[in-house]
Amino acid sequence: MSALDVSRWQFGITTVYHFIFVPLTIGLAPLIAVMQTIWVVTDNPAWYRLTKFFGKIFLINFAIGVATGIVQEFQFGMNWSEYSRFVGDVFGAPLALEGLVAFFLESTFIGLWIFGWTRLPRWLHLTSIWLVAIAVNLSAFFIITANSFMQHPVGTRFNPATGRAELQSITELFTNNTGVAAFWHAVAASFLVASTFVATVCAWWMVRAKGSPDATALYRPGAILGSLVALAACVGLFFTGDVQGKLMFHQQPMKMAAAESLCHTETDPGFSLLTVGTHNNCDSITRVIEVPYVLPFLAEGKFTGVTLEGTKDLQQQYEQKFGPEWYVPNLFVTYWSFRAMIGLMAVPLLFALATLWLTRGGRVPGSRWYSRFALVTLPTPFLASISGWVFTEMGRQPWVVAPNPDGDQLVRLTVRQGVSLHGPGLVWVSLISFTLLYAVLAVIWYFLLRRYITTGPLEHDSEPTPPAPPGDDEVAPLSFAY
Amino acid sequence: MGLQHFWFVIVAVLFLGFFVLEGFDFGVGMVMAWLGRLGKGDPESHRRAVLNTIGPVWDGNEVWLITAGGAMFAAFPHWYATVFSTLYLPLLVILLSMIARIVAIEWRGKIDDPKWRRWCDIGIATGSWLPAILWGVAFAILVNGLPVGPDKNVVGLSVADVLNPYTLLGGLATCALFLFHGAVFLALKSGGAVRTDAVGLARKLSVPATVLVAAFGLWTQLAHGKPWTWAVLALAVVAQLAAVAAAWGTREGWAFLATTLVVAAVVTLLFGSLYPNLVPSTIDPAYNLTIYNGSSSPYTLKVMTWAAVIFTPIVLLYQGWTYWIFRKRIFAESIPKSIGLPLRRVP
Repeated sequence: MSALDVSRWQFGITTVYHFIFVPLTIGLAPLIAVMQTIWVVTDNPAWYRLTKFFGKIFLINFAIGVATGIVQEFQFGMNWSEYSRFVGDVFGAPLALEGLVAFFLESTFIGLWIFGWTRLPRWLHLTSIWLVAIAVNLSAFFIITANSFMQHPVGTRFNPATGRAELQSITELFTNNTGVAAFWHAVAASFLVASTFVATVCAWWMVRAKGSPDATALYRPGAILGSLVALAACVGLFFTGDVQGKLMFHQQPMKMAAAESLCHTETDPGFSLLTVGTHNNCDSITRVIEVPYVLPFLAEGKFTGVTLEGTKDLQQQYEQKFGPEWYVPNLFVTYWSFRAMIGLMAVPLLFALATLWLTRGGRVPGSRWYSRFALVTLPTPFLASISGWVFTEMGRQPWVVAPNPDGDQLVRLTVRQGVSLHGPGLVWVSLISFTLLYAVLAVIWYFLLRRYITTGPLEHDSEPTPPAPPGDDEVAPLSFAY
Repeated sequence: MGLQHFWFVIVAVLFLGFFVLEGFDFGVGMVMAWLGRLGKGDPESHRRAVLNTIGPVWDGNEVWLITAGGAMFAAFPHWYATVFSTLYLPLLVILLSMIARIVAIEWRGKIDDPKWRRWCDIGIATGSWLPAILWGVAFAILVNGLPVGPDKNVVGLSVADVLNPYTLLGGLATCALFLFHGAVFLALKSGGAVRTDAVGLARKLSVPATVLVAAFGLWTQLAHGKPWTWAVLALAVVAQLAAVAAAWGTREGWAFLATTLVVAAVVTLLFGSLYPNLVPSTIDPAYNLTIYNGSSSPYTLKVMTWAAVIFTPIVLLYQGWTYWIFRKRIFAESIPKSIGLPLRRVP
């Protein structure tokens, strides 16, 4: 493999790893803030215990999210130095702002939240977790703005004197329609991940603890809260996804064509649910199941009279515009990741509906099948968000900065032009070491989550309120110590 | 003052913040296992007392590095691209060890098992020793210069460019300085037996740290310094001597203030020696990467300046406030008993 391929694998692997943990952090921080708020307002000890229980899981996850995130900040320079030179003027700004505005806030206030249970007044301690919740979402906004510039560069002009893309308007960069839609879509997805996590864990415990006071006081409200948020997140995903599809139709037609494995330009093609054939050669594909009207609606919001361009026609257009190069993404990956993303989302949706039905009117479900359903549902939103990112990122290949059809056509770069000038050996070293270290850490992360979930809320957390502040007594025990 | 100069200073300040704050984090991480063994009481509660002096703040301290990296990317993309693609292996080792440190600190108390804690202690030690040495090596390499070619990329990097007496001394000097800085911080933040041990350690470290920092500072000044950086070097030496005196006199507050000044002076000396270059070329000074040919456009610098001017004071305010909240000394006796789960599930 060339350094280009190794670098692409490395970025893919490290980013996917990062994004296993990130949506849980983004979604769980606000949910824990809500739980703690309910406790502070109602003084109901059940919500204190839920806050502590999910708080512990949040922190286990937060640590590995931070650890895998650090690499991303430097990987652009390490493996994609030519890309960094070309877009640094534009791309660096949201990255630096993310550090300055969001990372400082979350890292400082998470420390206050962890160690401040008896040091801070209640309202200030509650404010800390809300600031963390806001900051993790802010950081998502900055980084998705940066990513969306690569999908749909705006507010930027190519400067022939310096040979690079230069920022013209920061407002245009931060109000990029692709960025705004992608941000809300990713936030909705993160809320789905975290709320499904809360709902399934509580559901599993509800079945297990049926008959005990905890089942009605603790797990049932937790499962209902999770399910309600999951439903809202699904609605959010549907609408934001629809907006993104319409933008993609216009701004990245090649990605749209690849998502459908559409070779030739067609009017009103059906939305394909299943195809068979040799992928990456779209002529050999046989469409098995197709649904009419869906695709034109996804693209333009009408049911008929929409023409979708095929990969072959687009390839010809691009060759004329940008010179010889293979402009078609990997069709197999784009086709199936798109379907996996949508299909996997249906599982948590069904689970949330089932939970709300089974817990109606004070009922506590006790079915084995329901708790198994909960366990099967737990990983699906994680897989759906990863599929979504794989689709978004691999759908823009071979570009690292895809040309904006309405913008400066010279603001464009292929991955081949963006990679650092390393030999493959050096990049192999980092690929192998990151992959191994991350794999070990992911196994430990899974082990810890499993242990903490199956152990349930702990005995020492059953204190309804933490002990009073120790005052000036110097050797008072800390409420928490690593 | 042009914005390019201003941003050079901002990046230097961000690295300064990183080295001052993470300097004692590294120091604490390096001496943690060591002090656990020194203590007369239960070594585990000693180790935890040591670790918890940086407990609520280490994560925020580390963000100074992330933001410094982001600021380099935004203000000097060529600097960011050239440095990180060239110093690939040291950066890789720094990143891997910092990952290990982060999860080790956070996960250490999650499982109540001696073997588990041992592995976490190894992670914390690795993630403190390696960056403490490698950051010094990396900055010494940078000040020394790299074979930068006409297209701003490094061509034909040789082992002698990265491994030579000057860069190795740089690594040893930062390591010794962070050890001393960390021991002094620990003496300030702990009480009882831990404090006594930390004071003893700071005294032991005071002489080697002084010698190494003075040697590295003098070499930097003679080989790369400017007339005005003599003053910075003098400040570093005076502050270091003051720190040694305060450490021997058990005046921890003054000692910590002094080591903070030493770290700040060393960073200022390094960046001052570099200025106005970003990466000096060892091939031809005409190829030097400078703040003039390596920076972003004026518009980007202007936007980023607004952001920095607004947000940096806010960050300093709330980080300072966090230190105030957790200002109390930590005693081994104030460490609560472990609330981690057993490694294997109790049936």
